[in-house]
Amino acid sequence: MSSRGDVRTYSGFRAMTMLCLFVLYAPLIIVTIYSFNASRSITVWEGLSLQWYADVFWGPESGKFKQAAINSFTIALIAATMSTAIATSAATAIVRGGRFRLRMASLGLISLPLMVPEIVTAVATLIFFNSIGFTRGYLTILAAHIAFCIPFAYLPIQARMQGIEDTFEQAAQDLYATKAQAFRRVLLPMMMPGIIAGFLLAFIVSLDDFIITNFVKGAGIETLPTAIFGSVKQGIKPNIMAISTMLLVVSIAMVTISYIVGKKDNST
Amino acid sequence: MPDTRNAIDVRNAVKRYGSFTALQSITLSIRDNEFFTLLGPSGCGKTTLLRMIAGFEDVTEGEIFLFGEEIENLPPHQRPVNTVFQNYALFPHMTIEENVMFGLEMRGSSRDAARKKAGEMLELVQLTPFSARKPSQLSGGQQQRVALARALAPQPKVLLLDEPLSALDLKLRQAMRSELKSIQRETGITFTFVTHDQEEALTMSDRIAVMSAGRLQQLGEARDIYERPVNRFVADFIGETNLLDARIEAVDASVATCRLGSGLTLECDAIGNARPGADVHISIRPERMTLAAANGDPWQGTVKENIFVGTDVQTVVQLQGGIALTVRTQNSAAGVATIFDPGTEVAITVEAGAARMLED
Repeated sequence: MSSRGDVRTYSGFRAMTMLCLFVLYAPLIIVTIYSFNASRSITVWEGLSLQWYADVFWGPESGKFKQAAINSFTIALIAATMSTAIATSAATAIVRGGRFRLRMASLGLISLPLMVPEIVTAVATLIFFNSIGFTRGYLTILAAHIAFCIPFAYLPIQARMQGIEDTFEQAAQDLYATKAQAFRRVLLPMMMPGIIAGFLLAFIVSLDDFIITNFVKGAGIETLPTAIFGSVKQGIKPNIMAISTMLLVVSIAMVTISYIVGKKDNST
Repeated sequence: MPDTRNAIDVRNAVKRYGSFTALQSITLSIRDNEFFTLLGPSGCGKTTLLRMIAGFEDVTEGEIFLFGEEIENLPPHQRPVNTVFQNYALFPHMTIEENVMFGLEMRGSSRDAARKKAGEMLELVQLTPFSARKPSQLSGGQQQRVALARALAPQPKVLLLDEPLSALDLKLRQAMRSELKSIQRETGITFTFVTHDQEEALTMSDRIAVMSAGRLQQLGEARDIYERPVNRFVADFIGETNLLDARIEAVDASVATCRLGSGLTLECDAIGNARPGADVHISIRPERMTLAAANGDPWQGTVKENIFVGTDVQTVVQLQGGIALTVRTQNSAAGVATIFDPGTEVAITVEAGAARMLED
């Protein structure tokens, strides 16, 4: 399908592509490779070994990392679930709610946090929790994550919903379904690929959030990113690379699931 | 009180969107067990009226009755009418069988009863082998028949069809016309069909309501609408016609003598308030005139061109005074004998009763 105007015919296209791919992926590849290094050094390769993975699970810091992983995954799971539910309701109201007043304002309010610098959100959230006297800990992290995950969950759901013509709900109602039944039996299954994509995106965003988490977490509670940061401050050890590699695998798995869900939907 | 024998009674129905009036006080009745068509160009309000009957549009003013029961304030799911949508709106995540079962289950049928009924419906539209497939695995014509089966399965009191054939190609559309008509006869359900295609309307309908600009222009049987259009819009929209400006010379009993611009006179049935001196429009269908060799009759002119259209030949004849008439001659041995080369002087005979005076 190449033609005269094809971008591939531009001079320097190949070099530019290679440079971009290198800058994006070389660090990841190096971290992955060195996570299997047998050496204590993070720069000298001494042979293949799984010792740093073993160190993560059974080493001196394993307790800290295990607790951080449990915190991170439970927070990500709950925050993604809650924010997806909220985003689904919001998308239904905004896409299907007709031309109510403040419709554009609602849309803006939901997507705005994506454009606000995260440090601002972090400081604001911290001040908010302090002013209402909320003790910092697991719950403050969870509440903050639910809030900032909403726009990430919302966008794929809204995109999906806009592609669904309202005749499907009308057809359901025409066939004796109440509005609630039409939503549950027809609209919701049709939105599902968007909802799953929104959930996965929210999950990933929550899992690797550092800035907001670092501000709102209390002393003595860590998520994986803050635990890793804490470790790194005392010098980078190869076990950090092992944890990073595992997180990378989780992310790739999520993206792959999201891709497969989208693919499957297109074929039916 | 509305007649409870009528399937649908629309009384003074008005639809306004802000300051725009989409429907201006429509009153019409759809009889039980008939194939009724709402015909008109796009934007005439026919789909709006259909959607008001289905419950997807509020009625600004007026009432709608279904077998005597007032329904305009009921939500769609409480109206025992079903719709075949223009884009079919089949549920993509359900199989064909589940699609057809949907309405039955929502109405409270057990799964087994719904499955049995869905099987019968798929048999009716000859799609039994496809019941386990998804809608996207079917062709347009097959999807159309699934939409029909799905809407018929709950045995609605009235079936509404919103331009269901417009997405199909010509051959398939023609085949579906007779299939729809025979399914209507077989099931005995009242069909209300919306289309902008006059040929579709004429071939399938028991009665047709012609609409334009939010108004009902004429309601009657197909032949009636074609042979006796009441106004220029109907005469022009249904079939082809010659529209002539004329002035009434004299009215004698029910026959009016009209003079065309060129001085030719012609007789037609007087309508309503026809009176001498009034300007009127006259419609003459092209197939209701015949050509012959010029014989001195004042109704004569010059053949301008012959257009071959398969079953017929259309001849454009320029009369004295500049009026051009189109005459249709059947492409048969007898017909071809009355076709003349361009430039030939010919006489035109207008069949008795073929000239029709229009209201406006």
